[in-house]
Amino acid sequence: MRDARGEIRRLPGPRLWLAGGWLAILVLAALLAPWISPHDPLAQDLFAGRLPPVWEAGADPNYLLGTDSLGRDVLSRILHGARLALSIALIAGTLTCLIGATLGLIAGYYGGWVDLAVSRLVDIWMAFPPVLFAILLIAVLGTGVTSIIIAIVVIDWTRFARVVRAEAMGQAQMDYVASAQVAGRSRFGTVLAEILPNVLPAIVALLTLEMGIAVIVEAILSFVNLSVSTDAPTWGGMIAEGRASVHQAWWVLVFPLAALFLTVLSFSQLGEGLKDHFDPVLR
Amino acid sequence: MQILRRILIRLAASLVTLAGAAVIVFVVIRVVPGNPVAMMLPPGATAEDIQRLQELYGLDKSIFQQFLIWLTGVLQGDFGTSISLRQPVAELVLGRLPATLELSVMALVIAVGLGGAMALTATLWRGTRTEGAIDVAGGMALSVPDFLWGLVLILLFGVLWPLFHISGRISPAQGFEFHTNFYLWESLLRLRFDVWADIVAHMFMPALALAIPLAAIISQLLKQSLKETLHLDYVTLARTKGYSETSIILREALPNAILPTLTLIGVQFTFLIGGTVIIERLFSYEGLGNMAIDAVINRDLPLIQGIVILFALLFTVVNFLVDMTYAALNPRLRHA
Amino acid sequence: MSYLSIENLDVRLHTGVPVLRGVSLNVAAGESRALVGESGAGKSMIGKSVLGILPRALQVTGGRIVVDGEDLQALPPRTRRQRIGAKVALIPQDPLTALNPSRRIGPQITSRLVDFLGWSRKAATDRALELLEEVQIHEPARVMRAYPHELSGGMRQRILIAAAFAAEPKLIIADEPTTALDVTVQKQILRLIRQMQERHGTALLFVTHDLGVVSKVCQTMSVLYAGKMVEDTGVREFFRQPGHPYSAALLAATPKYTDPEGSLTPVPPGVIAAVEAEVALSDRRREAAE
Ligand SMILES: Nc1ncnc2c1ncn2[C@@H]1O[C@H](COP(=O)(O)OP(=O)(O)OP(=O)(O)O)[C@@H](O)[C@H]1O
Ligand SMILES: [Mg+2]
Repeated sequence: MRDARGEIRRLPGPRLWLAGGWLAILVLAALLAPWISPHDPLAQDLFAGRLPPVWEAGADPNYLLGTDSLGRDVLSRILHGARLALSIALIAGTLTCLIGATLGLIAGYYGGWVDLAVSRLVDIWMAFPPVLFAILLIAVLGTGVTSIIIAIVVIDWTRFARVVRAEAMGQAQMDYVASAQVAGRSRFGTVLAEILPNVLPAIVALLTLEMGIAVIVEAILSFVNLSVSTDAPTWGGMIAEGRASVHQAWWVLVFPLAALFLTVLSFSQLGEGLKDHFDPVLR
Repeated sequence: MQILRRILIRLAASLVTLAGAAVIVFVVIRVVPGNPVAMMLPPGATAEDIQRLQELYGLDKSIFQQFLIWLTGVLQGDFGTSISLRQPVAELVLGRLPATLELSVMALVIAVGLGGAMALTATLWRGTRTEGAIDVAGGMALSVPDFLWGLVLILLFGVLWPLFHISGRISPAQGFEFHTNFYLWESLLRLRFDVWADIVAHMFMPALALAIPLAAIISQLLKQSLKETLHLDYVTLARTKGYSETSIILREALPNAILPTLTLIGVQFTFLIGGTVIIERLFSYEGLGNMAIDAVINRDLPLIQGIVILFALLFTVVNFLVDMTYAALNPRLRHA
Repeated sequence: MSYLSIENLDVRLHTGVPVLRGVSLNVAAGESRALVGESGAGKSMIGKSVLGILPRALQVTGGRIVVDGEDLQALPPRTRRQRIGAKVALIPQDPLTALNPSRRIGPQITSRLVDFLGWSRKAATDRALELLEEVQIHEPARVMRAYPHELSGGMRQRILIAAAFAAEPKLIIADEPTTALDVTVQKQILRLIRQMQERHGTALLFVTHDLGVVSKVCQTMSVLYAGKMVEDTGVREFFRQPGHPYSAALLAATPKYTDPEGSLTPVPPGVIAAVEAEVALSDRRREAAE
């Protein structure tokens, strides 16, 4: 789940456009889901269970991508699942970023025992398997969107804290900070004004990556049946069902998996691309 | 002397991390809403029964007292009793540990092999399309986490071309009596290659899923340091001696390029072990991670506690071992 | 009969910019020849062309490199590599970076003997011990087991010299082998190289931009300017009377090792302009001829 990247490659343009394009389509699909979905994502039709997608033999043209074991329309569920996936990506990503960056800034700026405490905390966090930690938190907090968001923030804030802390530490020791202080400006303000432009590119890139991770965490949680509710259309939930019936109805697994795969890949490629674009010498 | 000091400092830091992890888990899981004990009893149980059982598990005391009791137990090797499985936690957890260890190590071996091969191929054909293709494949492998690779593998090699098993650790039909839980090693040492092959066919998919992202990371970093190393004077000097490009890369560049990659592999290996939790679930593999998820769903506090601590311990040990290997392999540190 | 004979060698960047322009140079068996010229003239690229270690950005685009009567360019890459490995050796510039930090000294001296020339490990080790004594290293057995970082720069350069002579090559290319060393160590290393060269009867191509060094080590010398050979003469003759205006300017700009306090005469701009004009002119003639 965490990343460590080696060499910086200049990403060719097309990949960035493809990633951005897919995400744009997804945002549209999520926004318009209630209107463009051919069926109610929750409506069951036990006589139309496990219908294959239209191009297969024995399909029903009403169900473009087929139906699951309860006769629910796969396409409609994917479209509605995109709503949940994207809202969690957006909210959890932003919150993780804000909280992680703030902690990193405080640690790097004040140094001393504050820094020691935050760094130790980061170390301790690294000693937990993140998935297990997330599942544990959901068990504690109960299922639901808010719990998922809190779990993501709690397991992933360290990613932002580490980057911002390192930068803040470097800047706080620079001469100009002292001279700005002599000139009567506040130290913290000076550091913040100097750090922000430096770390912003890294943060924007990390934020994009984080959104992809949030989508995955949500999918994993719904896969182990700890996300929103068993009934709600989530990609992870669909994948869990598809996994169980993969030998009888591959389409229940393939389509939501493809949507999830492309989304995660797109967020990641976009993040990498932004990182290179803003700052080719970053890390 | 210096090495001894290094070891001691590392050990101290590891202990602090472990203690911190223990406290955090302890506090987090004690605020679980819902009464785990009530869930264990049949519906007709009285409040008195619940009370008795709570006392049995020590859940009526304050968190601080509970922690002290737990810690005293742990220091004596007693991790409590699982609520849902009614067996000693230590026994349960240690029984599952070999399965997870075998899976992780197999994944690591695949990742190192695959990543190393990718890096060497790309370096040998640097500046060509081959390198470009490997870079693109690596970039993709890195962007998508193990969970999704697992699902893709299930579709490809479990359904489309059913070459491997996609659930469990061994076929029940094997009917082989194991004396230890290290199935892979035991079958090998007892020369039962049929059983061994069956186990590998079960493990290969989950191990590969775990290995793919790590292989990409290894490949990228190793290629980068190989390329840097190839510019160095001693490599140039070796070229004048008549060695082929392949043996230059393998003999002269690789040993020096490996050190930075090794540190990275250490850190990443702990992430890989963390990944086993969901991968074991995905492939119904009976390891620690799968047990952990069940424990969480069943609100089995002592078991959760034991598993998380064991994971933290595993991470710490791996980091420690990597540090030591690094010191042992680097002649500069060894003789300093 | 020259052991090494370079004829009309052209080396270019991939972009087409010339680095060496029709360079010809001969080194006879046992001859010790200096290759001088200012920084960037292309001296190192001549050595690298012979050894087959040009940077990836550069390419031999014309001419012949003949070693021991064999045109290297005409050989298949594998054979060429092994011929060079057996017949030519390099003493590199920087002893600190020219030894593999993760391998012990011993195998770094013996590898060529064992891997390509069919020596047994034992025989190669004995040979290496002998050579280390020859280059005046104390406790050679201990040094063989050491890692490079345990040794001083002077020691490492001695080891590299021993390694270069290990397979008794007929030609050694030394690319500024002393510039990375202390002045006192420099003198010892220069003396050592000359002794070894004379004793083993090896031909030596000694690349340097330090004229003071040339007279200590070499009998003949070639002067390179901006990728072109401008003079080929004996060292004595050169110091008595340089033939080319650039050579004269170079000589005047060199601190006399007999008189280090003596003032320096920089190469006058007029001379450089004149030389450039001449080089350009001969270029045009050559292009016209092609
Ligand atoms: N890797 C490279 N890429 C592009 N150009 C190069 C490269 N290496 C050398 N050159 C060019 O080749 C020319 C000759 O370089 P060379 O190293 O042979 O000079 P030199 O005479 O050995 O100088 P010095 O005394 O500084 O070692 C230089 O002008 C340089 O611009
Ligand atoms: Mg040079």
